[in-house]
Amino acid sequence: MHTFDLSMEHITKIEGNASIKLKVENGKVTDVKFATEEYKRFFTEAMKGKSLSAIPAHLARICGTCSNSHIMCSIEACENALGIIPSTQTKILRSIMMHGLMIRDHALHLYLFSMPDIFGKDAFLDFDESDPIQHQLLHDGFDVKSAGNFLATLIAGRSVHATLPTIGGFLKSPDKAGVTEAIEKLKNIRPAVLRLIEIFKSAPFHFDRKTKYIALVPKDTFGYINGNLETSSGEKFEEKDFRSHLEQTVIPYSQAIGYTYQGEGYMVGSLARINLAKDKLHPKTLESAAEVLELFPSTDIFYNNLAQAIEILHSIDESIDLLSNNKFVKEDVVKTDIAKTAPGTTGIGVIEAPRGTLYHKIVLGEDGKAASGEVIVPTGQNQINIERDVGVLVQKLLDESNSSQADLDKNQVAFEIEKLVRAYDPCMSCAAHFLKVEWEEK
Amino acid sequence: MQNEEKIKIGWFSFSCCEDNTVVMTEVLNDHWQEWKKIFDFRHVRVLKSKNIFDDFDIAFIEGAVASPKQEEEIRDIRNRSKKLVAVGSCAVVGLPAGQRNTFDEEQNQHISFLVTKFGASPKVKKVSEVVKVDAEIPGCPMSPEVFLEKVNALVSELYPDLISNHNS
Repeated sequence: MHTFDLSMEHITKIEGNASIKLKVENGKVTDVKFATEEYKRFFTEAMKGKSLSAIPAHLARICGTCSNSHIMCSIEACENALGIIPSTQTKILRSIMMHGLMIRDHALHLYLFSMPDIFGKDAFLDFDESDPIQHQLLHDGFDVKSAGNFLATLIAGRSVHATLPTIGGFLKSPDKAGVTEAIEKLKNIRPAVLRLIEIFKSAPFHFDRKTKYIALVPKDTFGYINGNLETSSGEKFEEKDFRSHLEQTVIPYSQAIGYTYQGEGYMVGSLARINLAKDKLHPKTLESAAEVLELFPSTDIFYNNLAQAIEILHSIDESIDLLSNNKFVKEDVVKTDIAKTAPGTTGIGVIEAPRGTLYHKIVLGEDGKAASGEVIVPTGQNQINIERDVGVLVQKLLDESNSSQADLDKNQVAFEIEKLVRAYDPCMSCAAHFLKVEWEEK
Repeated sequence: MQNEEKIKIGWFSFSCCEDNTVVMTEVLNDHWQEWKKIFDFRHVRVLKSKNIFDDFDIAFIEGAVASPKQEEEIRDIRNRSKKLVAVGSCAVVGLPAGQRNTFDEEQNQHISFLVTKFGASPKVKKVSEVVKVDAEIPGCPMSPEVFLEKVNALVSELYPDLISNHNS
């Protein structure tokens, strides 16, 4: 019977720094610890006393790859606190900004992090250019990433730590030439994304288990900003009420905090979104991905990759429509007199970031500045499931090894763990850096 | 070019949001074919699993230095690297990762147990407070253009023949 400790100090090809510590005694997994190794940077403590106009850019620095979703969520929280209603054009530009983020961020995860596992390669750059399929995928990967980067930069000024979105609107509207170029680039990458969907549909990795999932489900078109929170067990609740549904769990060995729903771990992210709202995808996406969408709803965590690929397609189709059917004009930013907003006023922002539901809360102080706030990130919500799944996975490998009398290859165990963790697409920069605070609704 | 003849690159992230890592992967969109020929991405965790930690021609350090353990790691990287480049605001000036350095007494009371519990240093440092830095690329995140400019300058300095042969 196997007895060993497995310590993986740095899980690779994920965003940030995570570790796994695993204990096996007499053929049974007795302990699993999935932890972030990032040091806290105390963003929610540091936001106290800052002007509201500085808060979105401040909280964006929690995480590079998710930065534009933190900006979006923080703007929503601040606008809700101040009673600002953005213009129709602003709402459209924000939707496109999120589509650009999804294309860029999902493409980074799917091509550079996850795809090498399918092809038995260590790195995406190791793909063989003399092999027609691998050659095509190399070019596809960088072209798709590049188009997402272009779209995000056009609308938001930068694809990382955007400079144009602000409370009340955008500092600049996209120019016509940029819009035309973006449409062209998006049309050009669509065939590549159909190939991407095919790759992840036929990927040989599966890990199925029961779990609840939660996502923000829009009323009409599939998107990442509006809607109500829905769960796989049929419950619905409004954004402002989320705190009475999520329970905070301190994970003593990690610099992050976990969350449960009705006392159990749950999952957020692309898989949750496609499971709960696939019928609301763009008509062209529904048509092109009709067969693959039959696989959802699913609780196979490796289909999170497939769901991300489908979301890229939707974001392309939706962005092409939004860019083609709207004329963008110079607009003033909507402003309000912060001094007239009562101290203690609270604003909640809830959006779907690439890795799942993101919550921002801001409380205004006496002087119209931020008195306090809190941020709940997707990886914090997925953390409990990740840990549990790693334990189940390793137990399965141990049982297979025991029944076949084959030696257990620890390198293979480590690889299988990494692959599973990667399917969750965790973001450890986001997961750390928060100070646990007691959060009481007033 | 054989792998052993390529320029050995290390990319290391410390206390930060890893925005520069994302920008680097976006710069790859336009330069991957050229870089694949001349760079050996020897230790770049965002790109690969089988990382080799031996010697580097150019080591890029992203992030501020938040603990004695990180200080030790950066000194080790310095000793193995011909050139060490501090990348992005947290590495170059220590902020925003080191924002707790300026917290007031009340804020420090809120965070001190966590600073101690996870073995962080009392003060977060910029990279040049720990080791000699050969080049700095500021910005939050770094500008792709400045990054390319610095990379090309370092490659030309270290391996002038390689660049002229590669371009010819």
